Amino acid sequence: MKNKLFALVDANNFYASCERVFNAAVRTKPVVVLSNNDSCVVARSNDIKKYVRMGQPVFEIQDVIREFDVQVFSSNYSLYATLSARFKAVLAEFCARQEIYSIDESFLEMTDMLIEDLTEYGRALKVRVLQDTGLPVSVCFAATKCLTKIGMEIVKHDPSYGGVLDLTGLAEQEQDALLALVAIEDVWGIGHRYASFLRNYGIETAKQLKYADETWIRKYLTVTGERIVLELRGTACMPLELERPPKQGIMSSKTFGREIKTQSEMEEALANYAARAGEKLRQQDSLASCLTIFIRTNSFKTDIPQYAGSYTINLPYPTAFTPDLVRAALYGLKQIYQEGYSYYKAGVSLTKITPQSALQIDLFGEFALTQQYKKARLMLVVDAINRIYGHDTLFFAIQGITRNWRMRQFKLSQRFTTQWSELLTI
Amino acid sequence: MIDPVFRNVRFLPGTVNAGFPSPASDYEERELDINDLVMPHPTSSYFMRVSGDSMTGACIYHDDIIVIDRAITAAHNRIVVARIGEEFTLKRLQLMKGRKIFLKAENPKYLAMEVTGRDDFEVWGVVTWVLHRQLRRI
Repeated sequence: MKNKLFALVDANNFYASCERVFNAAVRTKPVVVLSNNDSCVVARSNDIKKYVRMGQPVFEIQDVIREFDVQVFSSNYSLYATLSARFKAVLAEFCARQEIYSIDESFLEMTDMLIEDLTEYGRALKVRVLQDTGLPVSVCFAATKCLTKIGMEIVKHDPSYGGVLDLTGLAEQEQDALLALVAIEDVWGIGHRYASFLRNYGIETAKQLKYADETWIRKYLTVTGERIVLELRGTACMPLELERPPKQGIMSSKTFGREIKTQSEMEEALANYAARAGEKLRQQDSLASCLTIFIRTNSFKTDIPQYAGSYTINLPYPTAFTPDLVRAALYGLKQIYQEGYSYYKAGVSLTKITPQSALQIDLFGEFALTQQYKKARLMLVVDAINRIYGHDTLFFAIQGITRNWRMRQFKLSQRFTTQWSELLTI
Repeated sequence: MIDPVFRNVRFLPGTVNAGFPSPASDYEERELDINDLVMPHPTSSYFMRVSGDSMTGACIYHDDIIVIDRAITAAHNRIVVARIGEEFTLKRLQLMKGRKIFLKAENPKYLAMEVTGRDDFEVWGVVTWVLHRQLRRI
């Protein structure tokens, strides 16, 4: 069987790099980007990685921010999404078979492409992405997706590769020497618990897993584990996933910008989360039959009274109609809301999701086909208007107008690529 | 079941002619789209807004919108968005004898600036179009 060939292309420090594209002042300064609500660090430029941990709460790094003049940003997802789309579009010009794995990574399958010098090819790809989008990327070629992931860890931490590593060009021994550098928990697909299980058997590096004893493997490893071993040995078991199956659960939940203490504000918040979840549901052409809400106080603040509640509602028929979802969420809230607490977080999740096309018609239920048509049509218009004129141009009154409880985003940069009113001025 | 007709619905003006088929139906083409003209490279083109009067000699005025293409080579006499230190600037790039590089304003009020050898200088992209509004309110 012919060996397969994959490439993984990964944008370096993606969110931080995006902030640098349109901001000359931060080009030479350290950058960190904060999570929703400005609470934790979710991206760091290389020059500050030594001093700031991923996920570190922002209050812990105030001294570092002052000392190194670190530039702090809230997550500007409108900007990141468009730069990501441009990055993926450039990759599509290089290779027709692309799996968009996340906002900042794609797998390419190049098995049938005739490329003489992969390292050269990787460099050309890197230059093109940088030229078009301003984003630095790293590239790794290997015979399996799992190996490209491992190579990526190496190429990102060792600047001597210049951002491109071709594992297929290395002899088996050279590959093994690199695999010996990778800790078992850093192998793609091996979770924390699985890693400690393997460590108990003395398997601490990717290389040791690759050469684990056959009978031991068959006896102790799961199917997933066996597949990882095969991938480490160069046999591709994980094909490119060109189309993601629709999600089986949809969640919309956020921490509030400030604590919520009244039921009417909580109604607003939950109505917003229900509306957002409905939007996601319609985007993938699905319907949901079950809705769960939850509300809770901040469990880290041990000095205040604690409460957490959740409630699940089976919807009378599968739906993606926002008012149906909002009504269910508010009904649920009425069942569990308790006065006298300071709420910190809430959410809505949708489950029992079916594709719209598979809807079963329930002749005797509350469901009427013409009614469903009307609802779908209304949401189609609402979604279209919001897509064209911007998020929340049209919304339901129950969602509230001021929404003071909304998450904090004090350090948001401009939406340079999606709003005429926020273009970069020069 | 939701009819597939509800996906990607477009609302067309006018009425549907139920009688004779249109003689033009075999010749339908897409309407002109200004994006095709000003952004032939959609992955590398960006919009910015102009502020100030330093480029009026090149017919680029305050509040105009410019299109910048990062995929185009910054050659002599091209108008570029460049970074100098912590700022972006819009100027004409001049590559002179002896490998000297200047950024020239198109307005006698401003002096040309030499950037030869500066390591905090880079060209961000090349200006390909200027969109200038004629009517303030439409």
